[in-house]
Amino acid sequence: MSGDVAVVVVGAGPAGLSAARELRRLGVGSVLVADREAAAGGVPRHSAHTGYGLRDRHRVMTGPSYARALTGAARAAGAQVRPGTTVTGLAGGPDGSRLVTLTSAAGIETVRAAAVLLATGCRERPRAARLVPGDRPAGVMTTGELQQRVYLGGERLAGRALVIGAEHVSFSAALTLEHAGADVVALVTEHERQQSYAAFRLGAAIRWRIPVWTSCAVTRITGRGRLQGVEVTDGRTGAVRFVPCETAVFTGDWIPDHELARRAGLALDPGTRGPAVDTALATSVPGVFAAGNLVHAAETADIAALSGRHAARQIATFLTGGVLGRDRVPVLAEPPLRWISPNLIGSAAPPLGRFVLRSREFRRGARLEAWQDGRLLARSRPVRLIPERTAQLDAGWLDQVEQAGGPVRVVTGSRSGH
Amino acid sequence: MTRSCPEPPPAGPELAAADVAIIGAGVVGTAIARTLARYALDIVLVDAAPDVGTGTSKANTAILHTGFDAAPGSLESRLLSRGSVLLRSYAAAAGIPVERTGALLVAWTPEQLAALPGIEAKARANGYQAIRPVRADELYSSEPALGPGAVGALEIPDESIICPWTTPLAFATEAVAAGVRLLLSAQVNGVCSADGGHELVTARGLVRARWVVNAAGLGSDAIDAMFGGGGFTITPRRGELIVFDKLARPLLRSVLLPVPTARTKGVLVAPTVYGNLLLGPTAQDVPDRADVATTEAGLRSLLAAGRRILPGLAAEEVTATYAGLRAATEHADYQVYADGGRRYACAGGIRSTGLSASLGIAEHVAGLLGEAGLPLPPRPGYPAAPPAMPYIGEAGPRPYQDAGLIAADPAYGEIVCHCERVSRGEIRDALASPVPPADPGGLARRTRAGNGRCQGFYCAAAVSRLLAGGPGPAAGVSAETPGAAEVRPR
Repeated sequence: MSGDVAVVVVGAGPAGLSAARELRRLGVGSVLVADREAAAGGVPRHSAHTGYGLRDRHRVMTGPSYARALTGAARAAGAQVRPGTTVTGLAGGPDGSRLVTLTSAAGIETVRAAAVLLATGCRERPRAARLVPGDRPAGVMTTGELQQRVYLGGERLAGRALVIGAEHVSFSAALTLEHAGADVVALVTEHERQQSYAAFRLGAAIRWRIPVWTSCAVTRITGRGRLQGVEVTDGRTGAVRFVPCETAVFTGDWIPDHELARRAGLALDPGTRGPAVDTALATSVPGVFAAGNLVHAAETADIAALSGRHAARQIATFLTGGVLGRDRVPVLAEPPLRWISPNLIGSAAPPLGRFVLRSREFRRGARLEAWQDGRLLARSRPVRLIPERTAQLDAGWLDQVEQAGGPVRVVTGSRSGH
Repeated sequence: MTRSCPEPPPAGPELAAADVAIIGAGVVGTAIARTLARYALDIVLVDAAPDVGTGTSKANTAILHTGFDAAPGSLESRLLSRGSVLLRSYAAAAGIPVERTGALLVAWTPEQLAALPGIEAKARANGYQAIRPVRADELYSSEPALGPGAVGALEIPDESIICPWTTPLAFATEAVAAGVRLLLSAQVNGVCSADGGHELVTARGLVRARWVVNAAGLGSDAIDAMFGGGGFTITPRRGELIVFDKLARPLLRSVLLPVPTARTKGVLVAPTVYGNLLLGPTAQDVPDRADVATTEAGLRSLLAAGRRILPGLAAEEVTATYAGLRAATEHADYQVYADGGRRYACAGGIRSTGLSASLGIAEHVAGLLGEAGLPLPPRPGYPAAPPAMPYIGEAGPRPYQDAGLIAADPAYGEIVCHCERVSRGEIRDALASPVPPADPGGLARRTRAGNGRCQGFYCAAAVSRLLAGGPGPAAGVSAETPGAAEVRPR
């Protein structure tokens, strides 16, 4: 045992750093932020494009400047930010405390914390996890690897590149590839259309004329040693064609980095695959909270930051003896919705007063409805549902939830005709 | 007696004539090299690839078999029994990860149940007596995550899991320390044989040797033909495998084997020494000896089998998929012989038990060479202790868990590959090792760096930079450097 702290934050990305700063601002005595990467800042460190900070810092900046700003703010507020430090253990300690094992070049130490915030973020599923068959050549990677190679490592990538996915991050990968000198052949998506903002799409299409191949899947990787090309199958016609390329980037298909949560015995939500959290972002283990893209993979960095800030306020309440609800009503997303976050109703409104969701399918003019035991609690205005794109449901109906009742089911109501 | 001199040798460094050239630095070739290195012989170990252990040796089911189900009376049975005993003790001494998980050979149908007594009798005929029948209720209490429908099993308590990468590396490291010259990226394209010995025409120049040992795995039939053999033909049998996330590891305690068919041992589920679960292999004959591609049909059939055997797998993430080729021949048994007249020995057709039998095969080949007339004078100071290999298993402490080690060298606390918890210190050590990696795959086989669930999302860029920085000139060399693959003892 090498010391006591009030809160250990695991992960120095937007959620963790924003939480640390807010905890200090709320007067929490000692806040330690551990991050296993060599520098604090999280994914924005290697996302050189702009668009960061809009909703939390009310200005627009590049990923690296955003990462620096958040790190600086957490440190200025008095949080101890320790990069190069892996949390290798999380267990229950005496008197409801948590024992956190930290491993770094400085050694192995265990600190006792009154509360722990997990903000370990998310990553993209790599090619293997997507079960794309074929050879295993070099040149096949995720956006995360691509950005680190290009923006942190200064690598150049000559030749043709194919991007798998057509959501925001896919266009970001295309920008990174162009920046690195590659010629982006196309974006390939199994969906019937792309899923990014129109302006971003237009920008990419006009500046580089990158086509988006919809309803298509990469069905084979070819190349011994180095990638030679991929086989693309058109889901509508079954037609198969070989697309020569030297780089293939698998984008999106996010999964929370939930290893620590799972190993610590936290209940997981089967939809988000992150720890199950209530509206106060409390997990199934008292004193352990989770925020950011660990509980909603993947929202934009500013939403993750605001989620961290929300968790900080709940942790501050918890530390002063505030009671966080025990009998929490589950919130279930029903198909075509894939998941909803938070997924339990606790003692607070959710971050930004709303739930975030994902849909498997495109829906236009759909109304989201919340039901409990056959009772309609709320019906949203018509919304547009797009796979891999965020959708929200305002939480104004929480006071109508029967605490002793069954789970709240969130469903997609009938088309409104809009 | 000059045979097949197909083309003039390309320009390249000429090596001094060796007593023995071993073709193939897989687990069998490296085992033969370290076994022959106990004698005062000048040995050169040649491989087409830029690293040791890159063929069948690197892509298999990573099981240390007892040989309980081999054909009784076969050479394979004998060398497997002997080899697995030798490898068990060698692994313990060298720090090769091994876990004695035991295996359960599970019957799912009345027909399979009826086949169990025959398998048990075969094990006993192979000299393996610890095998015992297990009733379904005991089976489920031992493996509660097993899918429904199992009707009985055999327990083989000594079946173990092993690190297939550290094993040939340990053999090669020991061989190099004893003075064996390692010549990599040196495909053997032809041979000229005369009374004085053989000249191997390789991609890196001529290699002269008085004796040649063929341990060329998938190429062993082609090499055998060059030496006037030709008694067997390799038909590569491809096996696809799926590696599941470490978080799936608690689903299983022991190796789950199916009831084998004449053609294949079937699809098994096994823990790995790295803490994952492995599902496979498929068995498909392929014409191409380098075709280690996975297929949609293969992966789909494995997932279907996995869901039946261990339904919990369906909810777990896949970390990696890969395929390996076993050197199947038209014969049921290994093709191992020595011919004193030709000064040649062959260890070919080692289908799928080469890892477990490697030290048994090596001992047998050394004996055959001695009988065939190769003088085997003892080397002073040998046999020596096995080398101490970096431990990359999960059963013992890893460097990141060792506070004393980190205090002595902080690089072991600096984790670079987060999924596999590989420290910068371990990567540095691998790059400076006597048999250094040639590429990211080679580094992964030595440290596990990059093998985890993120498949490089977090660490691939950093690992590449460490690899590019490479070892210092005194510490080792990269196979990309001309003349560099020949690693001499330090």
